[in-house]
Amino acid sequence: MDGKTYEAEVEVLEEDAIPCPMRKIRMLKAGEQGLVVEFGTEIDPAVNAQVHRLAKILIDKMPEQILEVVPTYRSLMVYFDPLVIGRENLQEKIARYLTSLETVAATSDTTRIITIPVSYGGEFGPDLVFVARHNSMTEDDVIAIHTSTPYLVYMLGFTPGFPYLGGMPERIATPRLKTPRVKIPAGSVGIAGQQTGIYPIESPGGWQLIGRTPVMVFNPSAQSQFLFSAGDTLQFAAITAEEYGALKEQVACGNYAPVVRNVARAGA
Amino acid sequence: MACTVIDPGTLSTIQDMGRTGYRAFGMPISGVMDRYAFTMANILAGNSRNAAVVEMTICGGRFRFSHEAYVAVCGADMQGKLNGVKIKNWSGSHVPAHSELVFGNAVSGCRSYLAFRGGIAVPQAMGSRSTYLRAKLGGIEGRALQPEDVLEVARTEALPRELNELAYSLAPGYANELQLRVILGPQDDLFTEYGIATFLNEAYTVSTRNDRMAYLLEGPMVAHKTGADIVSDALCPGAVQIPGSGMPIIMMADCQTTGGYAKIATVIGSDLAKLAQAKADDTVRFVSCSDAEAIAALMTEKKCYEMASRASLKKINEPI
Repeated sequence: MDGKTYEAEVEVLEEDAIPCPMRKIRMLKAGEQGLVVEFGTEIDPAVNAQVHRLAKILIDKMPEQILEVVPTYRSLMVYFDPLVIGRENLQEKIARYLTSLETVAATSDTTRIITIPVSYGGEFGPDLVFVARHNSMTEDDVIAIHTSTPYLVYMLGFTPGFPYLGGMPERIATPRLKTPRVKIPAGSVGIAGQQTGIYPIESPGGWQLIGRTPVMVFNPSAQSQFLFSAGDTLQFAAITAEEYGALKEQVACGNYAPVVRNVARAGA
Repeated sequence: MACTVIDPGTLSTIQDMGRTGYRAFGMPISGVMDRYAFTMANILAGNSRNAAVVEMTICGGRFRFSHEAYVAVCGADMQGKLNGVKIKNWSGSHVPAHSELVFGNAVSGCRSYLAFRGGIAVPQAMGSRSTYLRAKLGGIEGRALQPEDVLEVARTEALPRELNELAYSLAPGYANELQLRVILGPQDDLFTEYGIATFLNEAYTVSTRNDRMAYLLEGPMVAHKTGADIVSDALCPGAVQIPGSGMPIIMMADCQTTGGYAKIATVIGSDLAKLAQAKADDTVRFVSCSDAEAIAALMTEKKCYEMASRASLKKINEPI
């Protein structure tokens, strides 16, 4: 460990340089070209908002020095070329941006609300019955609860375009399948524990499937390949199987435009 | 120029340096597993550094050339034969029209790179020609090569005829025991001192579960302080995740962009190429290194490319 203790490896920012909520921020190493700016270790919309704010600032201010940033629940991964900018130099610059994070927040925090039409139950949602039974309610109750609230896209990962969503009411939480399915069709909407999500591509998985959306979450041949960005908000809306069919056709012809609204982010 | 795949071998995919810029959307980098062998293959073929090549795994393929071509082969030694005559590994060779190029089992290493002068001209998908099987993206229809596939190669004028051999000192050998330099972190604080000592002092064996996504190792358990699970954060190739089993998982080119297991360390970029040539039952040891050492390794790697480029330019025509 190069004779250094763990504490020495972590850059602890000077307390008086950083506003109060920022004191816990840590800068960690992820190989020679990765810097993790860790805002916390819990899932919290306020922590996640800071991650997205810093991501925006770095993309704006340091395009030459930074290769890519990856926002996650509670930290920002910054990929850089160590032959272009040294780690210490980068850390100093980021530390300076962190001090301005709070003032940036008030003016620039907006979120996109994207409506996702979902046909619940039947062949699209083979586990809706189980989810209802598990939570001692009717299938319609599950649908009403699932569509009752907006969900924050904390981050994308797992497969291209897969949104990690927060905010699902606990009343419809259901454990994963004991045996994962080998093939889950793209667009499937599922529940796993207290999480809900959409499968952007056909993949194996153990989520309880409650419905399917005709909207393409990932489309490599489209101009913008990903429907969601981290920081967006999703709103599920129930549609019938017939409406699903009609929308699916629109999507196939390239005539479907997702319903997107820009709003100020709650709590900003 | 076109080349027809007669038999793709175990797993052959079209790859370049990978698809960058979309990791925030959950899109893996993909690209070649061994960037050193890949880069040398392109240098020896007189290509730009990012030209698309065929990455062959464990057992190589069989290719038919209707027209003359110039190819370079680097990486694992798959005993390539051109019209029945052995060709040199880590070399560029002229291929006359109506030839057959046949590869066999890797006698050392795991992955071999077949570069065609001009590069394979499949369309780019999101800025890269790399095949990402899981999302059916890049390469030919997002899949591995199969018999009858035709590899279109960008037309090139006046192909070189000379054998273009890489300097002996620049061609690595692949042993069954390898040492990987790692930078500790980002979550080394979630492991006990004993756990970190185990990780750095013990030998691990490459399991049969090794592919373009990850290499799973077996050996002494690496002990966490309290548990293996973290609130998911970003993952990069080289990241060493330790799940509850205590067995290291090293993330590779196709790895997902986020993950939920604590990461004890990250294998440095220059050493990841070595792991890409490891096979089941090979032995891996980890040694801790600093940022400075990792950067020095990066500079050495670059120097090797520059030396190879200079030598290559003297032998064959201007790069494309």
